[in-house]
This record gives sequence, structure tokens and C-alpha cells, in this order.
Amino acid sequence: MSDMNPVVRWFHQLGSPPYFDRFAARWAPWAYALGVATMAVGMYLGLFVAPADYQQGDSFRILYVHVPSAWMSLAMFALMALYGAIALVWRIKLCEILAMACAPIGAAFTAITLVTGSIWGKPMWGTWWDWDPRLTSQLVLFFLYLGVIGLYAAIEDRRAAARAASLLAVVGVVMLPIIRYSVVWWNSLHQGQTIRVFGESSMDPSMLPPLLWMVAGTKFWALGSLLARARADNLQREAGKDWVRALAEAPR
Amino acid sequence: MLRAARALVSRDLRLVWRRRGDALQPALFAVLIVVLFALALGNERGTLAAVAPGVLWVAVLLAGLLSLDGLFRSDAEDGSLEQWMLAPVPLAWLVFARTLTHWATTALPLLVAAPLLAELLAVPRALWPVLFTSLLLGTPLLSLIGAVVAALTVGMRRAGVLLALLALPLYVPVLVFGAGSVAAAAKGFDPGGALLLLGAGLAAGLVLAPVAAAAAIRIALE
Repeated sequence: MSDMNPVVRWFHQLGSPPYFDRFAARWAPWAYALGVATMAVGMYLGLFVAPADYQQGDSFRILYVHVPSAWMSLAMFALMALYGAIALVWRIKLCEILAMACAPIGAAFTAITLVTGSIWGKPMWGTWWDWDPRLTSQLVLFFLYLGVIGLYAAIEDRRAAARAASLLAVVGVVMLPIIRYSVVWWNSLHQGQTIRVFGESSMDPSMLPPLLWMVAGTKFWALGSLLARARADNLQREAGKDWVRALAEAPR
Repeated sequence: MLRAARALVSRDLRLVWRRRGDALQPALFAVLIVVLFALALGNERGTLAAVAPGVLWVAVLLAGLLSLDGLFRSDAEDGSLEQWMLAPVPLAWLVFARTLTHWATTALPLLVAAPLLAELLAVPRALWPVLFTSLLLGTPLLSLIGAVVAALTVGMRRAGVLLALLALPLYVPVLVFGAGSVAAAAKGFDPGGALLLLGAGLAAGLVLAPVAAAAAIRIALE
């Protein structure tokens, strides 16, 4: 073992439950703190510094919450499927735990996206909800997350539950582009494109920095949340082992 | 391999035949949905015809969902599923044979009843070929996707509403293309694109879904 590459060794060590517990306990608060700090900067810039939009007025500012969480909702699904695939192929217990920890976080980001989007949609489009491709595929994504969470909760054996839900996540990630394009196609059947809220390039440079801060902030927050959730699940699964008992009885 | 599949299919068909009343339930359920929709929407043939393809598709989809829970459940309970895993033929192949039976016993009666339902909903005759083609291509795909979901939930005592929650997002493309092709034809567009996509989905599903379902069964029974 001594001639092992330190990075590889660290990676292998991380797979051990006690080691992961120490790692998560150490870094989760940092990730949370960084997330709060960067989001605070982003919020300040977004709410006070960025100029009001000439068309949408101040209501466009909700995009600083909406867009980062929409990105995170997709990123968490990809991450969940990645961990799930690793868990299915190599049966690394920690990857099962991490994949399942991704699901509630991603579901929360999806819910935030849907809620902020509909709050934004009311003044902009004059409606809370429209069966637009973006909205529909986000809703389907939310149901997929709920399915993964529900499946994980419903099967009694924790490892079998995690693997079944991981398989669902992998199937889901294959289906997501299909669902996405099917609803785009389905919508274009009826009539022309709905209002494009903003194109990728049409954004004014002065509005961009807060968005980037918020994107970074949500990443850190998700990381912290992932570590904390995985740690809790890890402890629950390992309950009864000596190191958990020692941890529980240790004076604080 | 063919012999194993034939034995499984003939056993399943015989079981269905012995309980003919149960076998007709999905078809009956679809008819009830159609009747309820027709009553709820009132007696205007125009309104009815406009939503008819969608209603028909949803009825077929829900009827398939109804019988999904039992796809592998009884075999898991009496241990046959473990024999499937030990059998000299691939598990995915047996899953495929079972899915075929599921389609033949739940979707096929519906396809036979489809002209009746279409007439009840006042679907214009010109749309019938598109409607039946889309159902013919789409229902096997529904059964295949359903097999994956049923296999995922086979480890539970009762899947209940979870089964619907898992299946519905995956059913979305099938529903969109299936009902979409008929809607396109109703508006005078060419429904060919949607039907070809359904066919492509069916080809992919025929290959991939049994493998995914077999993997799910292995997870559940380990």
C-alpha cells in the first residue's frame, strides 16, 4: 500500500464509512458556510447593484434564484445517476449512499425552480402555469425525483433499495433527453414558440455577476447538503458498529 | 431458448384463460374511463371528437397500469422468479416473453375494442388508421417500460401508487408521440414523424427494456 499514489489511496480510504464520516463532518460546515457567503454576495449584487430590466422591471431579479436552481436540478440528477451507475457496477456502498443523498436535494432544487418560475410567470406571461416544454420537462423531472425517493423509502433492505433506486436514476437519465425533446416536439405541434424569457447571449453584462455568484453559492450549498445527508444515512446504516457507538458516546 | 419462451407464454396464457373474468378487467376499465369522459364532457360531438384521441390514449395507458403490479408479483411470491434466474436461458429473454404475454392479454383486447371506443367518442373515420397504428406501436412500448417499473417494485409487498409515480414520467414520451400523432393528423399535418419516432422507441425498448428489467429483478432477489 505504501507505494500507492496518495490521491488513489485517499479515494479508497474515502470509501470506508468511518473515514467518510470524519471527512463529511469536517467539510460539510465549510461548504455550507461558503455557500451562504457566496449566496449572500450574489443576493446583494442581484437585489441592489444590478440595474432593473428595461422591460421586466424589478421582477426579473427572481432569475437569480430561478436559473441557478434550475441548473442544479439537472446537475443533481446527473450526479445521482453517475453515483448510481458506480454503485450498480462496482457496488461501492458509499456511492449508493451518495446517490440517494442527491435525490432530496435535487427534488428541492426542482421544486424551487417550479415555484419561482411560476411566481415569475404570473407577471410576465400573465399565467402561473403553461404547458411549455421547459415547464413540462421540469415537472417530469420532479416526478422522477419523487419516484427515486419513494422507491428508496419503500424497499426494506437498505442496500437493495439503494440499488433499485439507482437503477431507476440511470433509466431516468437515459429517458430525460427523450422526454425533453418529446415535449418540445409536442409543443411545436400546436403553435409557434412561447415567449423566450432570455436567450443565452442576450443577457446584459451588468446582470451577469450576481448570477455567477448565485451559481457558485448553490453549488457549495448542494455540496454541504450532500455531505451532511450522506453522513446521516451512513451513520444510520452503520448504527451498532463500534465506531458509531464510540462517536455517539464521545463527550462533545 | 424458443422452447423456454414458448413454455412460459403458453403457461401464462393458460392461467389467463382459466380466469377469463380477470383478464377482461383492463379492457372493461378502459371502456369505463371512456364512458365517464363522454358523460362528463356532455353530448356535443365536436368537443368530444376534439379530445377523443387523448382520452383514448389515457384510457389505454391507465388500463395497462392497472395490471402492471401483477406482472412479476405472483412469480416472486411463489419462488418461480428465482427459478427464472437459475434457468439456462437469459433472464432478460424470459422477462421479454412475460412482457409479450402481458401485452397480448391487456393491450390486445383493447386494440380489438378500439374501433368501438373510437366510435363511442365520435373520432372521425379519417383518423382511425393513424389512431390504430399509434396504439399498435405505442402499447408494446408501454408494456416494456412497465416491465422495468414492475421489476423495480417486485421486492415490495404492495407497490400501490408508487408504481404509477414511477411509470408515469417514463410514459410521457409515448403518450406525447402517440396522442400527438393523432392530433397532428386531425390538424392536417403529416403524422408520419411521430409514428416513426414511436417505432424507433419500440425498437429501442424491445432491446433495452428486458435487460433493464432483468437487472432490476436481480437487485430485488439478491
